[in-house]
Amino acid sequence: MTCWETVQAYAFRSLGYGERLLPREGFTICEHVTLIGSGLIWNVYFGACALAIGFILANGLAVAKASPVAVLRKPAEWFIFLFRGSPLFIQFFLAYETFVLLPKAGIDIPLGFTTITVATSWLTKAQAGALIVLILNTAAYSAEIFYGALRSVPRGDLEAADAYGMSGWSRFRRIVWPTMMRLGWPAYTNEAIFLFHATTLVFFSGFPAWRQQGDALYYANYFADKTFNPFLAYPIVAAYFIVLTLAIIGLFGLINRRLNRHLPANTRQRLRYRPQLVR
Amino acid sequence: MFAFCEDPSSIDGLTWLACYLTTGKHFDFYWSFITVLTLLAITAPVALAFGFAGAVAARSQFLPLRLLGQGYVAMVRGVPDIVFFLFFVIALDQGIEWLVHQARCPDWTEPIRNGLEFRVCPEAKVPSSRAPQTLHQLYGFGLAVVTFAIVFGAFAANVLYGAMRAVPRAQIETGEAYGMTSGQTFRRILVPQMWVYALPGLSNLWMILIKATPLLFLLGVQDIVYWARELGGTKTSAYAYPHPDWRVWYFLGLLVFYLLMTAVSERVMARLSARLSHGQATLAGETQRKAGR
Repeated sequence: MTCWETVQAYAFRSLGYGERLLPREGFTICEHVTLIGSGLIWNVYFGACALAIGFILANGLAVAKASPVAVLRKPAEWFIFLFRGSPLFIQFFLAYETFVLLPKAGIDIPLGFTTITVATSWLTKAQAGALIVLILNTAAYSAEIFYGALRSVPRGDLEAADAYGMSGWSRFRRIVWPTMMRLGWPAYTNEAIFLFHATTLVFFSGFPAWRQQGDALYYANYFADKTFNPFLAYPIVAAYFIVLTLAIIGLFGLINRRLNRHLPANTRQRLRYRPQLVR
Repeated sequence: MFAFCEDPSSIDGLTWLACYLTTGKHFDFYWSFITVLTLLAITAPVALAFGFAGAVAARSQFLPLRLLGQGYVAMVRGVPDIVFFLFFVIALDQGIEWLVHQARCPDWTEPIRNGLEFRVCPEAKVPSSRAPQTLHQLYGFGLAVVTFAIVFGAFAANVLYGAMRAVPRAQIETGEAYGMTSGQTFRRILVPQMWVYALPGLSNLWMILIKATPLLFLLGVQDIVYWARELGGTKTSAYAYPHPDWRVWYFLGLLVFYLLMTAVSERVMARLSARLSHGQATLAGETQRKAGR
């Protein structure tokens, strides 16, 4: 098989297209690169979806945690402690075992006049179940970042808003929120990188890969197990992730530039990548 | 364990639970918590030592050493740590066997990497195939400790490197003015003062280390995750204590364990931070001085 044929056969293997059987012998570098790259689609899917939905949730949580009302603050504090205080690995396991325990036929919700059956089997699939865990997890970590940023919004900004007669929602939307984003953005960039790295845990925890459709690390592990040679498959994953990390830094840097565009050049915050892996 | 546990099928309720939770396998499960704590207790100082060496190397005047140190610090950036965990365990295992092979079987002619196999002479197997099971487990645990130390050492190096640069330059200059050599200023001035700057980063690292311990399971050590899966799975009536799928409850237990660990660590770190800030020229130290403590 030439390399181009390999690419055609395995480029979308992780989504279930192309060759059904994984390569079994005579593993070439081309097969390594193609299949691991194919698995990377899942990492990007998990990371991008969790980041997008988690961002919205994190904003709500951060505001709730800063709220003076205990009914809002306490649940937010507990949610953040729960997801930041325990390993993501355990969260995956726990979520999977819980989803498996749900009745296969679905849950009946009686509404008086009619009964709705909520299907539950889709939750045990990685693309839904693991995504939910990742969303909640990244929401908790990002909420803590945004909460810190919210608390460091300069007093003067708030007083200026008061002077203009702004209050409530319009003050939040026009003054507080943009500043919160600007202050929290460098730390949020790290969290995003961190989240993409965490997606490699999905198929190593509770969630099984269905029909050998896994992520980049799943295929790398497949090759390393078959060839007893860790010196090829894992560096390929590493290289893919370095590229992915650089792409995230680039994208978030653009947003950071936009958030800081009204500031004089010497007071702008630069993005600094401080790695902190493993949750 | 208890006398009334002789016949599990005849008891029920709390008695059954007491007997169930004191079976031999459950004691293995409880011991595995000790395994995790041991891993933390060994890894934290070793990783700190690795980190210290890395930070010193990264500051070195000697170019190759500096590149080595900075390369080590940069190594972990941008790559998921789990890749390192999976990689190092096999790589270290094969590396050790290869070295022993070179030493013990110099006249072995067959290739070591033959197609899909990694084959060394039988004398070079580490630990040897005749060794007892416990030795194999200890060896696996040792590999895990080294892997954790290498990966977390790189993080610690990053933190300590920053802390060393945060010590005010004037302090070092004062040392030089007293005629101390660079080694003396390093030992007497830089190292004692850097900890207060390093503590926030190091305490963060400790939290991350706690939360990384379930990865032991991936390295093949029989840790708490292994036993939770083993004990929680459905037990048919062929077993002494049959029960349905209880893995959720076991994992909930693990979750509570980790939350407790995190909460206790947060308290200890806050105390330690207050202690270290005492008399320091930092914002926290200044606040303490004004409060009259």
